[in-house]
Amino acid sequence: MAGEDELKLLGTWASPWASRVKIALHLKGLSYEYVEQDLDNKSELLLSSNPVHKKVPVLIHNGKAICESLVILEYIDEAFGAIGPSFLPADPYERTIARFWAAYIDNKLAIPWAQAFKANTEEEKAEGLKQTLAAAEMLEGVLKECSKGKLFFGGDNVGYMDIALGGLITWLQETEELCGAKFFDTAKTPLLFEWMERFSGLDAAKVSLQDGGRLVEFAKGGGLR
Amino acid sequence: MAEKGVKVFGMWASPMAIRLEWALRLKSVVYEYVDEDLGNKSDALLRYNPVTKKVPVLVHDGKPVVESAIIVEYIDEAWKDGYPIMPADPYERAQARFWANFADEKDLNGFVQCNAAVYPVFTATGEAQGKVVHEAQQCLKTLEKALEGKKFFGGDAVGYLDLVVGWYAYWLPIIEEVSGASVVTDEELPLMKAWFDRFLAVDVVKETLPPRDKLLALNTARREQLLTA
Repeated sequence: MAGEDELKLLGTWASPWASRVKIALHLKGLSYEYVEQDLDNKSELLLSSNPVHKKVPVLIHNGKAICESLVILEYIDEAFGAIGPSFLPADPYERTIARFWAAYIDNKLAIPWAQAFKANTEEEKAEGLKQTLAAAEMLEGVLKECSKGKLFFGGDNVGYMDIALGGLITWLQETEELCGAKFFDTAKTPLLFEWMERFSGLDAAKVSLQDGGRLVEFAKGGGLR
Repeated sequence: MAEKGVKVFGMWASPMAIRLEWALRLKSVVYEYVDEDLGNKSDALLRYNPVTKKVPVLVHDGKPVVESAIIVEYIDEAWKDGYPIMPADPYERAQARFWANFADEKDLNGFVQCNAAVYPVFTATGEAQGKVVHEAQQCLKTLEKALEGKKFFGGDAVGYLDLVVGWYAYWLPIIEEVSGASVVTDEELPLMKAWFDRFLAVDVVKETLPPRDKLLALNTARREQLLTA
């Protein structure tokens, strides 16, 4: 019952994982209370909602906590299946493709990219960057396959994969300055570049993604978690 | 000619491949098992899984699905009228997926979770063993919370999370025997230990487990190889 649903999102303004959830909630037209967290001084609510990892984002729906951004996306899709667009396709086989590539984005893109950021040596940084750019190339091919000439990984409409990657857009763009390498490159990944511009133009993205300038300063200060 | 039927590309000693067999048998789905030599992978495997080239792969009417946890959800959805593997309730489903990630994946800081807290137990020796055993136990104690008050992770009957972590019930005691470490004990992990026994008694599990002596021999040899490398 829409009128009785209480949704609370615990996040940090800088977190791309929280951005994913904001995008999803916006696409579904769901209202929620956003509670900014201080990760240096974690709140009781955060610690009790996510005792295992103590991290953001956490979605609290009528008092029940759901953790991990991709798990939250699937939850929103299922719990609010009757409202707004569906993120995952209906066909079981298509769903495996979406889930595989979303996990790929987390494991083969986000992890090496985070390593590049936190790297203590030039070698570590270069290795992280190399893996991230290889992932970009792979995703360029996937976009070509999945979109079948349409606008998004999900086809005509934004889908699970789009949200999984879309939440990271501002972070990936601000990396370019710091790492001296482009993630979205009009020459090397033209489709991905177009996709990024299109996605960034969506209302859901505009309200959910970070301010680029603020993020650069934050990242330069070693703020990535 | 359109390819029909269900094939599992796996390896007899692989705990990830066995998940698929458990899921398919719960659904009473007939399948062909292709045992791969991982040192000499078949053309078929490489054709079906060019991205990671790993087992297991499920091929359903010619279409390949990869990543065992994703495959188990696929099996549940493709044969939706059979045995229910995932819980029905969205919140319970989210919990099952959360714990499956905790068991299987790296987190985004690259910190490995349960599986990779368990792997080091295999080769750790001497003083280092105590430390890795403790870390493995900590991980498993956290996982054990999902078992509280229940016969199985899935409730009264096995479900998704049981299939994902079920390999511990058979492989962990073997790892313990091979390495001399003691991880899952009545004192440290009573719920987990009790669940091991219940899980191993489930029909689809009993039917598919590889022979213990063969698995023990393989892992003993593998450990020696790793320690002398």
